[in-house]
Amino acid sequence: MSRSDQFIEQWLPIIGESVLQTFQMVGISLFFSVLIGIPLGILIVLTRPGQSLENKVIYQLSNLIINIVRSVPFIILLFFILPFTKLIVGTSIGVKGVIIPLVIYSAPYIARLMESAFLEVENGVIEAYTAMGISTRAIIWNVLLREARPSIILGLTISTVSLIGATAMAGMVGAGGLGDVAYRFGHLRHEVDVMYATVVILIILVQSIQSIGNRIAASIKKD
Amino acid sequence: MIVLENVTKEFNSKSGTVKAVKRVNIQVNKGEIHGVIGYSGAGKSTLIRCVNLLEKPTEGKVFINGVELTSLPLPKLRATRNKIGMIFQGFNLLKTATVYDNIAIPLKLLGYDKTEVKKRVEQYLEIVGLTDKHTNYPNQLSGGQKQRVAIARALAQEPEVLLSDEATSALDPETTDSILELLLKINRELGITILLITHEMNVIQKICDHVYVMEDGEIVEQDTAIKLFTNPTHPTTKKFLNTISQRNLSSSLISQLKVTGAVTRLTFVGESTGKPLLAEVSQKFNVQPNILSANIIELKNGIVGNIVVHLIGDKEQVRNAIHYLEEQGVTTEELEGQSHE
Repeated sequence: MSRSDQFIEQWLPIIGESVLQTFQMVGISLFFSVLIGIPLGILIVLTRPGQSLENKVIYQLSNLIINIVRSVPFIILLFFILPFTKLIVGTSIGVKGVIIPLVIYSAPYIARLMESAFLEVENGVIEAYTAMGISTRAIIWNVLLREARPSIILGLTISTVSLIGATAMAGMVGAGGLGDVAYRFGHLRHEVDVMYATVVILIILVQSIQSIGNRIAASIKKD
Repeated sequence: MIVLENVTKEFNSKSGTVKAVKRVNIQVNKGEIHGVIGYSGAGKSTLIRCVNLLEKPTEGKVFINGVELTSLPLPKLRATRNKIGMIFQGFNLLKTATVYDNIAIPLKLLGYDKTEVKKRVEQYLEIVGLTDKHTNYPNQLSGGQKQRVAIARALAQEPEVLLSDEATSALDPETTDSILELLLKINRELGITILLITHEMNVIQKICDHVYVMEDGEIVEQDTAIKLFTNPTHPTTKKFLNTISQRNLSSSLISQLKVTGAVTRLTFVGESTGKPLLAEVSQKFNVQPNILSANIIELKNGIVGNIVVHLIGDKEQVRNAIHYLEEQGVTTEELEGQSHE
């Protein structure tokens, strides 16, 4: 049996499982982060001065919350909100235990990225639709979200990549994932090959997500 | 059709209150095209945005077709806005939608069914002459074509009134002309009342029935286009007229010429354009007219001719000649040279 066959036999199940765990963590937390982040992004764009739902209190409050959460590095956030995590999902360990911190970490980041995506939409177009007597809700769906789609896709690509990075620390609470394998086996047990393998997989993963994102964005973008 | 009553708009800024529009009164009758001209910063953009309440006037009332917009609650205001089309300098089209969708999406959002949407999009694309472009994206179109799409989008809602916010300002002169032709066509054929703002006198000249000159938030002069072009009184109006025809001679030249006679601007309009009046003058009086400059301006509702003439002769004869010209329906204005103080 060659050395590489041996390596694959020994590590494939472990690495395979960790890839699945990473996908799980990224997928689930991305889903909830988008659910919170996009509406939050819309809120801070529409409540800013001069916009249709102008509201100083909501605008400044949401900005403050986003900034506070964004100031805390993920590894600290992970431990800092342990009690809260336990309260919500009943456990603070495993994949389940890491979703809440990942969402809290990622949602404000997505909100910021969405904010800048929406700000790129020409105000004049929104104005034209307002002048036609179209409701704010219809404008959000058909102008704001529609026109921002290329930037939204790019923003979500960036946040997916940053989520993959954050999941590497999920091992700290026993949630597994690629980063955890690299740390536990590659670093602590000096299995250099494992370290290389996980790094290569991560590179391929990030590369493909980025290029898929770029491609989708380019296909929607018409200028 | 469009009535603005004492419309005032104030903005609060850190440095205090700015009055962008001051007690403006405008009345546009059905089927007419009225134009507001002014330099940038005159408040005309704010003014036109007050008409469909994109800006809420601080004071004053806005009526469209007898309905007072300024007192309507938002849902009713939205319903009324359907009857007011608006086009913009920046076109304001959806970049990610085709020409067809740019016209169809607002119609869908306003609740028209599929067959009606399709019918209207095709009908109005044909009116603006872009039937073959319906699958293109705005980015593949020229500026003029984009504005045509924007016009079709506005028309597709079958408005009674069209507001134009500097719609030709981003276009080259030739394209501007073609868009103005289109606006004239929809005014004539669909009977749409148009209120436009511009800083270009040729826009006023080509399509407006009535003109308002705006400066520093106020209407400083207003009249029918013919009267305004024949007999401008406010300095700003004169400056704007100078942009389409050089009306002024240098004051030193005028002073030189005045030694031997009078330098007079003659403005002909309507019937007086047809008569050989200068020839008559030189026969009837002992005056020799020497033409210094001349031009003719074609307005929507008539032609205005402009001659600056040096009337050479003695004072009495010159005065009689001018008097005769005025009797024949010519507007005269004696030009002054340098003062001798």
